[in-house]
Amino acid sequence: MSQPVQDLELVSVTKRYGKTIAVDNINHHFKPDSYTCLLGPSGCGKSSTLRMIAGHESVSEGAINLAGRDISHLPPAKRGTAMMFQSYALFPHLSVTDNVAFSLKMKGVDVSQRRRKAQEMLELVDLMAMADRLPAQLSGGQQQRVALARALITRPQVLLLDEPLSALDPFLRIRMRGELRKLQRELGISFVHVTHGQDEALALADEIVVMNNAVIEQAGPAREVFNAPRTRFVAQFMGGHNVVALPEGHFAIRSDAVGVGSADTGVEAHVTGIEYQGTHVSVLARITGDQELTALVPDNEFYANPRSPGDRVGLTWDTRNLHKLTAQSGEDV
Amino acid sequence: MGGFRDMTGRIRAGTVAWLQAAPMALVLLVFLVAPILMIGIVSFWQATEFSIVPAFEFDNYEFLFGSSVTYRVFLNTFKYALIVWVFTFLIGFTVAYFLAFHVRTLTWQIGLFLLCTIPFWTSNIIRMISWIPFLGRNGIANSALISWGVIDEPLDWLLFSDFAVILAFVHLYTLFMVVPIFNTMMRIDKSLIEAARDGGASGVQILWNVIIPLCKPGIMIGSIFVITLVMGDFITVRFMSGSQSANVGRLISNDIALLQYPSAAATAVVLLGTVLIVIAILLRFVDIRKEL
Repeated sequence: MSQPVQDLELVSVTKRYGKTIAVDNINHHFKPDSYTCLLGPSGCGKSSTLRMIAGHESVSEGAINLAGRDISHLPPAKRGTAMMFQSYALFPHLSVTDNVAFSLKMKGVDVSQRRRKAQEMLELVDLMAMADRLPAQLSGGQQQRVALARALITRPQVLLLDEPLSALDPFLRIRMRGELRKLQRELGISFVHVTHGQDEALALADEIVVMNNAVIEQAGPAREVFNAPRTRFVAQFMGGHNVVALPEGHFAIRSDAVGVGSADTGVEAHVTGIEYQGTHVSVLARITGDQELTALVPDNEFYANPRSPGDRVGLTWDTRNLHKLTAQSGEDV
Repeated sequence: MGGFRDMTGRIRAGTVAWLQAAPMALVLLVFLVAPILMIGIVSFWQATEFSIVPAFEFDNYEFLFGSSVTYRVFLNTFKYALIVWVFTFLIGFTVAYFLAFHVRTLTWQIGLFLLCTIPFWTSNIIRMISWIPFLGRNGIANSALISWGVIDEPLDWLLFSDFAVILAFVHLYTLFMVVPIFNTMMRIDKSLIEAARDGGASGVQILWNVIIPLCKPGIMIGSIFVITLVMGDFITVRFMSGSQSANVGRLISNDIALLQYPSAAATAVVLLGTVLIVIAILLRFVDIRKEL
């Protein structure tokens, strides 16, 4: 508990490129020692936000505070942050050890000491055997670990990861995200991770910050963001939700909270499509007002009473599972 | 039967490959290999004041290596090559760096790059000769310096001097350094620069630890261009030095003017060998195959 609290905070941060606004006056407080995912579609401002925190993009307005000081005008290496780049940005002409030790060399640390430190970092990411190889001789996953070791050797308070898993194949992606999560817990520093994959964000994050159109749509613990989306955009982007217009307003409801019953119960609907998805069957049904809803029914339940397109059914849900959407979303509601 | 068909298939594939390579091989054979062989053969011939006799003698080489003029001229050629290399490298690297890293938009990069090539729309000789009215005793440079009061007397060393030769060489050949270096610089992933900055590297440290190592192949290709061009040149040296300096090219051209073909051929063979050795040494430092 002697460590200073590494609070990262964005205060009215704005980024403009000429007339376009990439990030519009956002405020956020990142919890210390936590794994945060900035989630959003491409062009939503999440990468610009990360790059502003890293210092590779200037802040047009506002402040970025880390551990109580404004870092928004400091050079990248003086901020207490380190960045892991999307394509890893390993120096192709340097060996793994020299890549990892790069920042120490820049500081003027002597050869033997920086080699030793680099060895320690390579041990941390389990890459000791590759120390003398060039980046081109490594697999994608190994390159990523080198990038990780290179970023961590500066002992950052916050590690910034720009879509770190996007270059990996799906199998490796799942393994690496487990390793990232484990590393964050071991090191006890904050990770801020930019991604456009909601499954990745849900799997990794303590806290998810959903961005769209240069603003934060919703921020909160992963479960809260998924379970109780506040805007239509969040509901649709997180997936697994229906957005329904009811007389009382617009609501989001999880697909698996929608039940399919006989035609005389609940909301009247026509089945328009059936999709088998393994553990579940997704039933597409149209209700009045030309709204199409998806009900995710467990497969054994579905096959106990199968439906086919054209059937008249009744859709049911518990009103406690309805989450009212606010209209402040960038999308029209 | 199947095996037989396989065999013919393989033979046919081989024949097609040879046929495809043949036109270029033929061109190289006729226009590159044959002339070099010819020069090699003629370099052993015998020459008198009025005749050239086919023979196999080492007289031409003996004379060449026995004369102190040869060594002086070769040394002078190396001197030009080295000085011109230093200047073209410094200027070429700076220009390429500016284009690749300071000019932000691709349109401007292409525009400024084309601007660099505009002088190449006229011939080498015209570009070279246009220095003469500029550098002459009563030329623009001297009259401007006098009118500014920098000097009282016209400078003699501006024209018909080593200074003029090197100036013209640098002017003529800097672009050969810019192009390959610019090419390698454009291939450097910009996120590498950011990664270096993230690791705390200063501008100079980025240049030294990231950009220069990654530009080595381009630097090497440019160096080969410049060194071979300078070592093989004779016209620039003749015009810009006012026939007061010599390099190997001029040695050869003088021999040709005197119809001493065997002697010219021997000098050419030695020059070719020298240039090849220089390139071989350069290639030991950097593997340029990655770039090709």
